[in-house]
Amino acid sequence: MYTILSKMTLSSQIREYVIEAPEVARAAKLGQFIVLRLHERGERIPLTIVDADPQAGGVTIVVQEVGKSTREMGDHFHAGGSVLDFAGPLGVPSEIENYGTVICVGGGLGIAPLYPIARGLKKAGNTVIGIIGARSKDLLFYIDRMDAICDELHVMTDDGSTGRKGFTVDPLREILSSRRKIDRVWAIGPAIMMKVCAEVTREFDVPTVVSLNSIMIDGTGMCGGCRVEVGGEAKFACVDGPEFDAHKVNFDLLMSRQSFYHEEERCALDRYLAAEKEKEQREDR
Amino acid sequence: MSREKQVPMRQQDSDIRIHNFDEVPLGYTEEEAILEAERCLQCPNAPCVEGCPVQIDIPRFIDHIKNRRFAEAIATIKEENTLPAVCGRVCPQENQCQVVCTLGKRLEPVAIGKLERFCADWEAEHERYCPEVGKETGYRVAVIGAGPAGLTAAGDLRKLGHEVTIFELLHVAGGVLMYGIPEFRLPKEVVKREISALEEMGVKIEVNKVIGQIYTVDELLENGYNAVFIGTGAGLPRFLGVPGENLNGVYSANEFLTRTNLMRAFRFPEYDTPIKVGKCVITVGGGNVAMDSARTALRLGAKESIIVYRRSEQELPARREEVEHAKEEGIKFQLLTNPIRFIGKDGAVAGAECIRMELGEPDESGRRRPVPISGSEFTIKADTVVVAIGNGPHPLVPRTTKGLKLSQHGNIVADPKTGQTSKEGIFAGGDIVTGAATVIEAMGAGKRAAAAIDRYLKEKK
Repeated sequence: MYTILSKMTLSSQIREYVIEAPEVARAAKLGQFIVLRLHERGERIPLTIVDADPQAGGVTIVVQEVGKSTREMGDHFHAGGSVLDFAGPLGVPSEIENYGTVICVGGGLGIAPLYPIARGLKKAGNTVIGIIGARSKDLLFYIDRMDAICDELHVMTDDGSTGRKGFTVDPLREILSSRRKIDRVWAIGPAIMMKVCAEVTREFDVPTVVSLNSIMIDGTGMCGGCRVEVGGEAKFACVDGPEFDAHKVNFDLLMSRQSFYHEEERCALDRYLAAEKEKEQREDR
Repeated sequence: MSREKQVPMRQQDSDIRIHNFDEVPLGYTEEEAILEAERCLQCPNAPCVEGCPVQIDIPRFIDHIKNRRFAEAIATIKEENTLPAVCGRVCPQENQCQVVCTLGKRLEPVAIGKLERFCADWEAEHERYCPEVGKETGYRVAVIGAGPAGLTAAGDLRKLGHEVTIFELLHVAGGVLMYGIPEFRLPKEVVKREISALEEMGVKIEVNKVIGQIYTVDELLENGYNAVFIGTGAGLPRFLGVPGENLNGVYSANEFLTRTNLMRAFRFPEYDTPIKVGKCVITVGGGNVAMDSARTALRLGAKESIIVYRRSEQELPARREEVEHAKEEGIKFQLLTNPIRFIGKDGAVAGAECIRMELGEPDESGRRRPVPISGSEFTIKADTVVVAIGNGPHPLVPRTTKGLKLSQHGNIVADPKTGQTSKEGIFAGGDIVTGAATVIEAMGAGKRAAAAIDRYLKEKK
């Protein structure tokens, strides 16, 4: 059992948890992830490590409540409680060095894993330009934290409810077009966002790193469910990644593979929501 | 009762069992076990003991059964074997103890495996026999991986009085016994029972521990462990490398079986992890894992389950018994056939283009090499494909242990007699050393390494 040290709401669907796991906290490096399981019947959920405090033994993760398990976590797993399993750190760490000027693009939940990388890049001496975006204001978070570490921050929403209206790729293209020398780009977010960012940076020939969130079971190199095509070769996101050269990734395949269980995910969520509703009605009576 | 044939073990009928995940063979009753035990000749040279990778005193435990001393029988087995309920079910006895059985020269050999299983199941229903633990030595040994090799090494080291901690990557101990071998061949409750017996002896098991990341093997040695045993297995699935292999619906056997066994996807949505199985499932490969996958597919609702194997029936590496079980259940065998491409429709697999093979000259494995027959391409329709062609070494520990000598395939190089690796205090055994083999061979390696570690610790003093 791993104690939930704190739980904080970042937006309507997104919460930040600090989980007590001292050994993971001590070993965690930027860009790595953990796998957690809520309870005996739970699935193994891979989540990027956002922060780790070796002194206090806490590991910070951010969860967007989109499916059954993440909804359940938001509804029933609170500070002081615990999750059953928590294993990590997993995956290859980010390569952080002083590249010069870097752009860090984060979309939606991708802002969570992007933030510590941007912070690491800043610490390593880079000039960091941040671009973060989401569908709307209530899905956006970490604006202040990103603002505190970025030399320049662009905030985007699809609907214009906060920041500028548009997509994260818009300022990316503008900056690259302005002929400023950009040495490296990190883009983390929905597959489609990473795909369009990769297309733009390819045009300008800027090395780009993406962090791939393919479906995983064990997260330790055993199932191959997370395989992605990089440079025409099959790679396992869990042990060869999760970060890869964006210009070599087959994003269409990634998106197709991510969607394979949509029907089942929907079914599990509907079943959960129905049971929750029933519980509520029973309590009302 | 004639001595000629083994006492048959009752089993679930095939038309019923393909709709459930319950165990297929149902076990011996006491009377059946005694009848079978009476077949044993108690020959003085006991070739069966030599045939057993962990050298159980087979004639002695069989003699106990014959005389109704079931508690003594299980105690005899447990002197050498930590996991009898597992071995009695999944060991290829027909190639080991039973193949050298004296009775087997003329008649059917004694059903040693079935008798072993009987003893372990008898124990589960009666008082548990806990092997004696030696005087505490004060030495601490870390075992990495709670699969067959690690569990065996841990049990033996604990019996010798050493303090043993097993570090397991997954959320449960058991390794391939939990994620790989299906419920209908090895019930998970049986595995849990064997593991809890180890814990009762004082073996500590820590799950969710990513060795290589939270501590390297060297750090374990620096942090108070006097020796380390690496038994991390063959976890990295191999793929064919043909076009279309990344289509949706193409699984590695590891993924297919892990979803089903470890994550219990056959009970989705009661359990959270789903699995998607189509009407027609192709399993590529001919080993036990392929049989397990094809049979699992049926139980998950496939109407048709086909094994595609590039050699002929004679070369199938799976146990005969498993092939027979598969056939009884209606699994089809498309032999001398190899997929050359998977055909997709809307991102999901819809079939396999295959080529017929013929057998040529023997290759380095001694089996005749399959050679494609040009122009013989044909298509098999399928909406699920399981690739069961083996696994490479699990990369985490080899990649993170500096200076550890590896083979060109990434396996750890270790002395087959002792498990000694290229680094002092570090031993290894099981599939991480040999490449994918059997449960009992991994257990044998764990056992030999435990003895070698014991000698190493005592000499170091």
